[in-house]
Amino acid sequence: MAVVASETAELEVVDLSTTSVRELNQRLHHLAGGAPGPRGFRILNPSGAHALACGLDAEIDVEIEGHVGYYCAGMNKLATVRVHGNASTGIAENLMSGRVVVEGNVSQSAGATGRGGLLVVRGDASSRCGISMKGIDIVVGGSVGHMSAFMAQTGCLVVCGDAGDALGDSIYEARLYIRGSVAGLGADCIEKEMREEHVTQVAGLLEASGIDADASDFRRYGSARQLYNFKIDNAGAY
Amino acid sequence: MCGIVGLFAKSPEVEEHLGAHLGAMLVQMSSRGPDSAGVAVYRDAAPSGWSKLTLYSPNPHEHWGAVMDGLRDAFGGCDEPSIRASHAVLVVEADAAGAEGWVRSNRPDLRVMSAGEVIEIYKETGLPEEFAAAFQLEDFKGTHALGHTRMATESRVTTEGSHPFSTGLDLCLVHNGSLSNHNRLRENLRREGIEFQTENDTEVAAGYLAWRLREGATLQQALEGCLTDLDGFYTFAVGTADGFAVLRDPIACKPAVLAETGDWVAMSSEWRSIAVLPGAASARAWEPEPGVVYAWEKSRV
Repeated sequence: MAVVASETAELEVVDLSTTSVRELNQRLHHLAGGAPGPRGFRILNPSGAHALACGLDAEIDVEIEGHVGYYCAGMNKLATVRVHGNASTGIAENLMSGRVVVEGNVSQSAGATGRGGLLVVRGDASSRCGISMKGIDIVVGGSVGHMSAFMAQTGCLVVCGDAGDALGDSIYEARLYIRGSVAGLGADCIEKEMREEHVTQVAGLLEASGIDADASDFRRYGSARQLYNFKIDNAGAY
Repeated sequence: MCGIVGLFAKSPEVEEHLGAHLGAMLVQMSSRGPDSAGVAVYRDAAPSGWSKLTLYSPNPHEHWGAVMDGLRDAFGGCDEPSIRASHAVLVVEADAAGAEGWVRSNRPDLRVMSAGEVIEIYKETGLPEEFAAAFQLEDFKGTHALGHTRMATESRVTTEGSHPFSTGLDLCLVHNGSLSNHNRLRENLRREGIEFQTENDTEVAAGYLAWRLREGATLQQALEGCLTDLDGFYTFAVGTADGFAVLRDPIACKPAVLAETGDWVAMSSEWRSIAVLPGAASARAWEPEPGVVYAWEKSRV
């Protein structure tokens, strides 16, 4: 493990130009279950490498200085991972708990299948953001691409910008809050009334994300609940 | 899978080291395409009235001097061949179609990889790193270039089935994805007089572009036509004598990232390839929108 510098005993700096991704991830995995070690990590020169800081299971802070590749911070529990750059496909995939923050933009399938925790994207997310989300909360400072929240089951997707085509296609019980325009709604996704409890929920998520926006500007979308239960009227179509 | 890369120089420094940058980008895409690799480089325009062919021979002991002599006898002028591994570039005192026709008629054992005034295409099976070394990519200076690393899905791993594909003068295409209506489209295009050399789906897309351009479409129009006439998944990068263009299908499953600085424009399947370029950390980077044509052109001197 090449430790470039120890700024304090609690902060370890790992330079990926001299350390492999496998070494880094093993180092972070060894902190699971409250094992002794630094609680803060600073990762240098990620250069788009895949699978950085995946499978963490410890209350640690990981700061990544640059753009990351596929599946960064996947399956994360407890840890806070912050990317000071853009992220490629599948950031925070299957997030269990903890927090993942991306200061730039993210590619497709951000937060896919996430079961808990919070994903914050300060820039834009591309297509399929929050696909099959199962309890994760996702807050996007910019816009999201097409097919976002496809088959989303639970959790909230908050979008401060616009949503692309087929938003919430085949959605179950996730809540979608969009401030800007929606290019089109997917099958069985409809606009719903924005009640006080929803404004409160959005305000709480925006505050937790450190994003300054007025929660009352958002509109709510969710399931019309016509698609996911068997309906005898549709028997001929099955 | 498959990896695609493109680099368009905006400064003389990047033109000077175009091949070295391209090779570094290509090697980063090895895990996306370990089966074969290829590049199209736009450089050293042939003199007026002359054209340039890139030829491939499966014979490792090919006597390229004999090919040159044949072309000299037919057309008057042909420069000494520039040989790189299994390929040779010949600059001929003839129009590109005439020179290409001569090779097809007189040396059917050779494969014309590219024809035009500025394009050169090199491709071979094997790992990108081995390809870059065998074809001495670091030597290339040029204005722009495309590259491809292949993980074959729908046709055999051969030199001919490697990318880039060229079916028009100075035109080439690299592709990440797969097309599902290529057999029908190939037959339709054959009736329009477009010739194909493989059963590969990407060659059909290249042929489609060549046909649309021949019929008077602009590159923008030809690419937009792909959105309606091609069925399948694709991120395309297209090279022309003056520049390159990028298009993703409307579903956009296949990845692409674009980045630009004052010195270059780059595209790749993944950021890893762009991270190796000088000044990448401060480049403007973005993901191309589905179904939108992005194009850069160099004003010709």
